[in-house]
Amino acid sequence: MGENALLELRGICKSFPGVCALNNVDFTLARGEIHALLGQNGAGKSTLIKVLTGVCRRDAGVILLDGQPIHPRSPRHAEELGIRTVYQEIGLVPHLSVAENLLLGHQPGNRLWINWKQTHRRAAQLLREIDLDIDVRLPLAHFPVAVQQMIAISRALYTPADGQLSRRPTRVLVLDEPTSSLAPAEVERLFAILRQLRDRGLGIIFISHFVEQVYAISDRITVLRNGQRVVTAPAASLGRVELLAHMLGHELASVQAVEPTARGASADAQAGPVLVRARGLGRRGALAPTNLEIRRGEVVGLAGLLGSGRTELARLLFGIDRADTGSLEIDGQPVRLGSPRQAIARGLGLCPEDRQAEGMIPNLSVRENVVLALQARRGWWRRLPGRRQRELAARFIDALRIANVDPDKRASELSGGNQQKILLARWLAADPRLLILDEPTRGIDVGAKAEIERLIQQLCRQGLAVLFTSCALEEVARNAHRVLVLRERRKVGELTGPQVSLSAILHLIATGVECD
Amino acid sequence: MISASCAAPALRRLFWPALALVCVLLSNLLFAPGFFRIEIRDGHLYGSLIDVLNRGTPVLLAGLGMTLVIATAGVDLSVGAVAAIAGTVAALLITRTEAGLLTIVTVPLCVALLAGLCNGLLVVGAGLQPIVATLVLMVAGRGVAQLLGRGQIITFEHAGFETIGGGYLAGLPCTVSIVAAAYVLAGLLTRRTALGLFIESARDSPTASYYAGVPVGAVKLFAYAFSGFCAGLAGLIVASDIKAADANNAGLYLELDAILAVVIGGTALTGGRFSLSGTVLGALIIQTVTTTILTRGVPVEYTLVVKALAVLGVCLLQSAGLRRRLRGSAVPQ
Repeated sequence: MGENALLELRGICKSFPGVCALNNVDFTLARGEIHALLGQNGAGKSTLIKVLTGVCRRDAGVILLDGQPIHPRSPRHAEELGIRTVYQEIGLVPHLSVAENLLLGHQPGNRLWINWKQTHRRAAQLLREIDLDIDVRLPLAHFPVAVQQMIAISRALYTPADGQLSRRPTRVLVLDEPTSSLAPAEVERLFAILRQLRDRGLGIIFISHFVEQVYAISDRITVLRNGQRVVTAPAASLGRVELLAHMLGHELASVQAVEPTARGASADAQAGPVLVRARGLGRRGALAPTNLEIRRGEVVGLAGLLGSGRTELARLLFGIDRADTGSLEIDGQPVRLGSPRQAIARGLGLCPEDRQAEGMIPNLSVRENVVLALQARRGWWRRLPGRRQRELAARFIDALRIANVDPDKRASELSGGNQQKILLARWLAADPRLLILDEPTRGIDVGAKAEIERLIQQLCRQGLAVLFTSCALEEVARNAHRVLVLRERRKVGELTGPQVSLSAILHLIATGVECD
Repeated sequence: MISASCAAPALRRLFWPALALVCVLLSNLLFAPGFFRIEIRDGHLYGSLIDVLNRGTPVLLAGLGMTLVIATAGVDLSVGAVAAIAGTVAALLITRTEAGLLTIVTVPLCVALLAGLCNGLLVVGAGLQPIVATLVLMVAGRGVAQLLGRGQIITFEHAGFETIGGGYLAGLPCTVSIVAAAYVLAGLLTRRTALGLFIESARDSPTASYYAGVPVGAVKLFAYAFSGFCAGLAGLIVASDIKAADANNAGLYLELDAILAVVIGGTALTGGRFSLSGTVLGALIIQTVTTTILTRGVPVEYTLVVKALAVLGVCLLQSAGLRRRLRGSAVPQ
């Protein structure tokens, strides 16, 4: 890149207590370039952005902007240096007018009074620069998310002309997941603006989970994994399968070599009767109509990147969100699930992805957390006696090999892995027929992962059906008898028995087409 | 009432309210000689302590209901108004109809229960903020009571009904037995069924509880209905005690005393576990302070200020934050 480099990060290191978040990362952004930054959760993308925007300080390394070393101290300081960020949560005030949002803190006028006429004129002028012609006096919430997103970008581009602040014009624009709540047409519109900004010489860092969008918009791609840069390459020369392999951490050769493992039980599982059947189940904006069959004693894997619709499918099946198309049958009976309670009554259970917010009851004891779902299923009147509660808690603490846990301890005091096991215990105690596990192995140590995988296999042999989703595709490949592959909120394929392999899943996610 | 395993922390939570009650009682040794004297007249117990129990019953009852509502992250501002409605309905039944005692008691209680259910529906069904939802009935309820009584204080005489507030059972005022029964009922409902678990879990993490199948809405509905029922009982006691239904003044500020009793009793407005026993202690503290002020003969115009100061003192004594600060500042010096 050399002379054309706008922003250079060299040898960036950042550690948090116990974690090395960034290890000697290099990153170069050229003038007039859209550079995508990819990686799984925890790969270090957000830490890198935080270092760049002054949210946290680097431990080591150099940042050069236009060849000059910079030391962003705070987001405000980074802004003054010309590095602007638009976050996923837009960060504007919905009830204020568009003009107020755009010029918040920089309204024209004197110390006491705001010159509204000028404020509105300047705001409208700013928006025209990105081809947006709207009434700037209306509240922000009046407009669709896509327009709000563009207003946020417009605000990021704005440099007050009054000279009170030593702000430099925007040089680098960081977009963190800007498209996650946009419809396809809106994405196109956003991309048109980004291309226009690029042609003006801005450097844009684009973070997204949507691989197709990354290919559509970026000039170059950098992949991070476990805090290290894995690859930087022009988008045109990086294959989709190769990209995924880099993200997920498998050398291409080894991906192709991985054979389906321990799927001996799959033949018996296929013999089990169908427990849940979904026909065209879908919800606008969440999941395109999807067919799905889950048999007793079967582990069905859901594979896909973040935002591919895995969690959305789990939520539809469990009655958290209502489907607006399609039908669902349990045991051959058509059902409409309006709430998790109804799903639970029909023998479903869900370990949600977000343990903290959707799983644990932090201030209740471990014992109470374990018995909660069973108690809810029994109803409020038939309370489980204290002795029975303690027995259940002790039994599952033992069965799940949860070490050193006092059942009367508050659940929030447990480690992540133990919390996950407690959640599993809650659902096992409730005795479901289909257990949906959304990312059950996220953020827990290797030993606990192996335990949970062992447990899934064991429960299946006893006739439980499991729907298993994980970012770690090798876990899906290892555990599932059948794998549904989702991509950009639709099902793109299904792999059964011997077809299930890491390479086949990767290929499907990358291209959306089954190989052979 | 509470299983052995959680008895220890439950008792620990009661320590500060109990200490506060002891302090308030002991202060009477200094200020009000004769406060602890109990006499037996005609087989009935008399004395300031008995008076505290008797006079404290409306706040005690309203406090029990309020505890469950606050435990669901809500608040019920309408208890005073509901008490006024219940009293007025009872007075109307006595003066306008030939209804028997059972009807005179049950009908107002059912009305109060319905009023509580309405609060619950506004909160759960319509999704209103609890303060706003119950504020509606706090204002409208008193209006309804005034309409029912045509703006008049309805006086009545009914020997059976008057025993509720003025009669004696086993040497103690009947009101004490009523409160004891309500306390046992609330305790059984919350700890012998799974309601207590559901209330605490729904409060702690509504989303996680919903996903685990806890009937979050129904639990809240129950709490508001129960609060309405307790307020109705309090209203009957007040009406029976003064032999009249006064829509303007019956149960006035009852909700505020009840909230105070709950908070002094250690159930935090910000969530966590709830404690019915704590609320009982809290209500007794408030009533002891009130009775002390009255028996000491503090000039009327000072009563409210003195009471407020005493309650403030109790709250400060219990404030964990203040204790931490005192301890923290003591170390560096």
